[in-house]
Amino acid sequence: MTTAPAIELRGLSRYFGERTALRDVSLTVPPGTTLAVLGRNGAGKSTLLRILASLLRPHSGDVEVFGEPLPRRAFAVRAKVGLLSHEPLLYRELTARENLDYHARLHRVAAGRVDEVLDAVEFQRRADDPVRTLSRGMVQRVAVCRAVLHQPALLLLDEPRANLDPAASALVEPLIGRPSGATRVLTSHDPQAALAEADMVLALKDGRIAYAGEPAGFSDIRLRELYA
Amino acid sequence: MRTAWVVLRKDLRVESRTLETLPAMILLALVTFVIFHFGLNRDTISGQEAAGVLTVALLFAAMLGINRLFVAEREQGGFDAFLLAPVDRSAMMVAKAAGLFIYLTVLEVIAVPAFGLFLLGPSLGRPLPGLVLVLVLTNIAFATIGTLVSGIAVNTRARDLIGPMIGLPLLVPALIGTARALGPLLAAGHATTSPPLKWLAILALYDLVFALLAYALFDFLLEE
Repeated sequence: MTTAPAIELRGLSRYFGERTALRDVSLTVPPGTTLAVLGRNGAGKSTLLRILASLLRPHSGDVEVFGEPLPRRAFAVRAKVGLLSHEPLLYRELTARENLDYHARLHRVAAGRVDEVLDAVEFQRRADDPVRTLSRGMVQRVAVCRAVLHQPALLLLDEPRANLDPAASALVEPLIGRPSGATRVLTSHDPQAALAEADMVLALKDGRIAYAGEPAGFSDIRLRELYA
Repeated sequence: MRTAWVVLRKDLRVESRTLETLPAMILLALVTFVIFHFGLNRDTISGQEAAGVLTVALLFAAMLGINRLFVAEREQGGFDAFLLAPVDRSAMMVAKAAGLFIYLTVLEVIAVPAFGLFLLGPSLGRPLPGLVLVLVLTNIAFATIGTLVSGIAVNTRARDLIGPMIGLPLLVPALIGTARALGPLLAAGHATTSPPLKWLAILALYDLVFALLAYALFDFLLEE
């Protein structure tokens, strides 16, 4: 029996009107791998993450997540994917716990899991405060809880440590770091930090692949060229 | 239905905290009565005239509710959060329509007695069951058409304009049905206490058609 790749992209393209967000992107990511997606602002990183999360349809090419083709089997893929994006996807007027309860019910996750993730990020003390009263770092911690609530096998992490201080970063590490055991796709404003975490690198320039492979093959010169 | 209930409960909780929609709907309906009171320069009205005033007041309030239906989803990432879950997307349509129906019902519980007290000549007592029936059918029309239209408008730049532009023409037949069904109930002397069957049937049919249409189309509206 063969295990399907966590992610399989074949000639993926996506446009926004006249603008090309991704063009002819092909890549295979084995399960358990951490893929760092690098590139300047507008290179197509977030678009790729949104396609993998089934929030955007590819305009051409094939996308499979754990062997499930998108968008045809989006329903099955959603149960396996957790997205931590720029937006926390939390309702400001609800408390952190109410937000997580809401997501737990949507994902049909046992209520006890909410306390489990809140404990993991040491957030029980402020769990019953409305999200609008929390600092950005606190909101990010709750957003991490939301993204991992259903224990996804694929984590899509767009700037996952934004607004987190080192202590908070350490708290979320077991949930979204390598110890989570999930396949991870991460973008970061700090490419060196992303490279340090990665098993694979996908460098995008104007929606096209500039480099795809092991981090060791991605030299500092190439990195500087990518962000030039 | 379970997912729809989860979304509806969340919506009602958010509204109970923000009070951004329902109080404004009630205020708009009451202000409309005041404007008609002075505009018509009459102490009391009845019959078809009263039906028209009540229908217009409900329409204004409903449009406000329709425009705000997806605000939290749009501004706070609620759409993405919902779309990331392995749930039937139509559940959001059912929840939003149910929410709007509840807002309209609460609005009517306050606005209709106020209308009866300050503007309507005949009493509301005897025709009340018929009135409730007409208003329930009207609310279903507002809720289904409003949710569909709001779903179409929400991802457009001119959403505040597109909502009324598409919604009002679609609501016209339902509004005619409402006004015609209410007229005899609000007539002086209460010649009848049950609404005309013809207009009830038209309203019910309209509700059914748009409920099915909204349910069938909503999945596509949530696509990017």
